[in-house]
Amino acid sequence: MRRKFSIKKITFLLFLVSFVSVAQHGENADAENAPKVEKDLKTSIKEYINHHILDSYDFGLFSYTNNHHEKVHIGSPLPVILWDNGLKVFMSSKFHYGETLAEVDGSYYKLYHNKIYKTDAEGTISYDAEHHPANVMPLDFSITKNVVMIFVVFLIMFFMFKRMAKGYQKNNGMPKGMGRLLEPIVIYIRDDIAKPNIGEKNYKRYMSYLLTIFFFVWIVNLFGLTPIGVNITNNIAVTFCLAIITFVITTLTAKKDYWKHIFWMPGVPVPMKIILAPIELLGTIIKPFSLMIRLYANITAGHIVLMSIIGMMFIFNNWLGSSLSFLLAFVLGILELLVAALQAYIFTMLSALYFGSAVEEHDDHH
Amino acid sequence: MVIPNIVGAGLVVIGAGIGIGQIGGKAMEAIARQPEATGKIQTAMLIAAALIEGIGFAALFAVS
Repeated sequence: MRRKFSIKKITFLLFLVSFVSVAQHGENADAENAPKVEKDLKTSIKEYINHHILDSYDFGLFSYTNNHHEKVHIGSPLPVILWDNGLKVFMSSKFHYGETLAEVDGSYYKLYHNKIYKTDAEGTISYDAEHHPANVMPLDFSITKNVVMIFVVFLIMFFMFKRMAKGYQKNNGMPKGMGRLLEPIVIYIRDDIAKPNIGEKNYKRYMSYLLTIFFFVWIVNLFGLTPIGVNITNNIAVTFCLAIITFVITTLTAKKDYWKHIFWMPGVPVPMKIILAPIELLGTIIKPFSLMIRLYANITAGHIVLMSIIGMMFIFNNWLGSSLSFLLAFVLGILELLVAALQAYIFTMLSALYFGSAVEEHDDHH
Repeated sequence: MVIPNIVGAGLVVIGAGIGIGQIGGKAMEAIARQPEATGKIQTAMLIAAALIEGIGFAALFAVS
């Protein structure tokens, strides 16, 4: 008997679809350059790559230039939430993709290079010595594209695991449905990542976090490879938060042996102990820092290289060069799939390693 | 004479390449000696490669 589509699935899909709305937006060509000047191909590719990597305040799927030399954007704007002596909430369509100023209760905000600055009525940006904008930036809590995608990934993971848990109830221990797909992965994480590193006694406490991190990073990396253009782990703030959570968990659940090994390493002569203490202390900070950098740099570098090679396809513009670039981009894309899963695995493994060193009980020194 | 930043980045990549190449080579030898331990050796090789790559990326990040 075929399982019929549950109500939950339908509402979830409708919820997703409702976010996409076609927003026609014509941008008038200026008086001095009509028709629009064709930018150099390399500069426009660079701009496109930069735009693709950064976060954006509206969920734009793509944009094209139609026959009247106007730019048409397909997508929906997202709310912008600022804190600037009071909560200011408005939709990012007021920015018109960086063209106009947004005016809310008398204060003006300008979207300049993907950041919101507070300006006056003309939109002046004052530059300081290093040619960086020196305007005041309000505290930004907006719901940007990355936040929406994190929420979508959260929903996906929630329903996926709920389905998996329900699959175990009916069949007396043997899973049905989503459980069959995910059970080998969960058992792999338990038997090959958690148990060898954390030990038999304590691994159960950390299993939920390890599972969450593994699937979250994997799904987010996979989303980054789709043409929607969402890059969540591309953002160093996101990986910073993941690494901070690992750091906090190791620090808070650490036993006495862990601190002893940092500050007063047993088994070495006293002068060495004094030298080792600051190095070990620095080590506790550098280890999560390297977690953050590793994930961020791997994914960002992969995306930039992939998009540059696709851009090369347009620069070559003949049969041989473009087809070779396409093949190279294809192969690199497959490598990126491997890197997505591998980076999730490495993050989880190293987190388990750090947890293990926090709760390890040494009985050989004393 | 000022050496540009990119030369440092190139040196870092050389170092990472040599390191990961050595790991890969030793892993291949170990698998050849004992094919039934392929799974464990592969896992260990990936972990070591990821750690070295982490340093490489950290240095690239600092250089740019």
